[in-house]
Amino acid sequence: MTSLLALDASSSACSVALWMDGNVIGRVEHAPRGHTRRLMPMIDALLDEADIARTSLDAIAYGHGPGSFTGIRIAAGVAQGIAYGLERPLLGISTLRALAQGAWQRDGASLVMPALDARLGELYVALYQAEQGRLEAVMADGVVAPEALVLPSCQPGSITMIGSGVTLLDRLPSGIQEYVGTTLEDREPEACDIVQLAAMDFASGLITSPQQALPIYLRDQVVSSKR
Amino acid sequence: MRVLGIETSCDETGIALFDSEHGLLADALFSQVDMHVEHGGVVPELASRDHVRRLLPLIEQVLAEAGLESHDVDAIAYTAGPGLVGALMVGAATAHGLAWAWQVPVLGVHHMEGHLLAPMLEDERPEFPFVALLVSGGHTQLVAVHALGDYELLGESVDDAAGEAFDKAARMLSLPYPGGPHIARLAEQGDPTRFRFPRPMTDRPGLDFSFSGLKTHTLTTIKALEAQGALDDQTRADVARAFEDAVADTLVIKCRRALEQTGLKRLVVAGGVSANQRLRQRLDTALGKMGARAFYPRGRFCTDNGAMIAYVGAQRLMAGERDAQTMLATPRWPLAELAPPARCQD
Repeated sequence: MTSLLALDASSSACSVALWMDGNVIGRVEHAPRGHTRRLMPMIDALLDEADIARTSLDAIAYGHGPGSFTGIRIAAGVAQGIAYGLERPLLGISTLRALAQGAWQRDGASLVMPALDARLGELYVALYQAEQGRLEAVMADGVVAPEALVLPSCQPGSITMIGSGVTLLDRLPSGIQEYVGTTLEDREPEACDIVQLAAMDFASGLITSPQQALPIYLRDQVVSSKR
Repeated sequence: MRVLGIETSCDETGIALFDSEHGLLADALFSQVDMHVEHGGVVPELASRDHVRRLLPLIEQVLAEAGLESHDVDAIAYTAGPGLVGALMVGAATAHGLAWAWQVPVLGVHHMEGHLLAPMLEDERPEFPFVALLVSGGHTQLVAVHALGDYELLGESVDDAAGEAFDKAARMLSLPYPGGPHIARLAEQGDPTRFRFPRPMTDRPGLDFSFSGLKTHTLTTIKALEAQGALDDQTRADVARAFEDAVADTLVIKCRRALEQTGLKRLVVAGGVSANQRLRQRLDTALGKMGARAFYPRGRFCTDNGAMIAYVGAQRLMAGERDAQTMLATPRWPLAELAPPARCQD
């Protein structure tokens, strides 16, 4: 049996999930500022529930961002520690891709624009399309002011927009607003979606070492001004 | 017990392996100083990001240097505070992940307790009890160390830390960060008789420090010299010397006073500023006259390092102390709140 463990702390939610030959079980808690307290007990509870030993895990995955810088690093630290400690591959999965996966799998959306409020008047955003049973990126993950978003031409009402970025919908260019037919605002990236994407990547051999699977912040300009 | 130590409280990633029977097995450090220089100080977000990049490669390096496999590690200790919360979090999370995978105990320890006990990594170690001067960019404290975990704060800076004063004076003299080594180098060329700066709070009883007035005095002096067009290279060196002398003398006076007040004969000096040679010379002279002795960690353990964390962690882990499942990152954490090792409750 192939088993993967995924965890995510990129938002105010804390989630963990296990993939066992296609069966997924997971746990989600609303845990603002509580990831440091909840993450390890949630992992233990999940493995207990599945009756899986930690040493029988084949790979580890985590939401590598974008999202809360501190949250991403908590997940990265724990995931790197576990993967390095168990000598297993570590897969960093985009939180935007995970949101899109959720909209596709659970809500039947085929053209998904995951968007997270990046603060400072910007959006973390991407565009994914379901093709031949899997999600493909039409527009790669990026950080952009909503007014400046540019998308390939789409059918009106064809896009499902998912994530906290929906609150900035009215600041998108009016043309893009017309593409958006459905909004799923109260959704956060979840480990149960991350673990499915990780399982696909793992099966395709898209694996990285724990040292290589670093956070992807997207926003790299973090020093506001020089002295 | 073999303990892996992880230090990420500020701008250095430090990893070490300490063996309670064989001492320090290996240690490695990555300093981010070059990255922060252009910003004139530590940028917390950049520091946190870099710790994530450095931790695993350094752990791998230390294990290889010690010739050990992961299953040879019996426990993990990490810095839980005080420090930059985001930076601390990286070490705490990685430590908990590793400990979970290796199924070994993990413990968050106090960064300043690490500094306090860093001289215990040397061949000539001070016996308890002793007085410790902790002097760095973030702290200036005199502590009575009665035993492991039994610390009594005797005095501390009411404003700037001594290392912070060095950094600020360095900036006034257009010297790079971190200021300590640069001021010391410039002061080598300085005339000690040209200026005399105040020794703050030495004219009244007590063991508290204040370096803010000295900083202002330095700035006023530099401004006046500039206005006269007299701030040439020699004058800058003279100012650096007067500043360094004032800080060193102030620290020496208070250390002597702390030893007299407690009746103790051993002084441990730790933290980044303890690398300052003028301070060491004057302390050795002053303590020699009173039949006392100063103990210093080796040069690279004066500043932040993983070895001191592994050492402190080993002492407490061997006594049965360990974290529950919560990763600890406590940015503000007074040393006097520490207690002797306690067994885990759960």
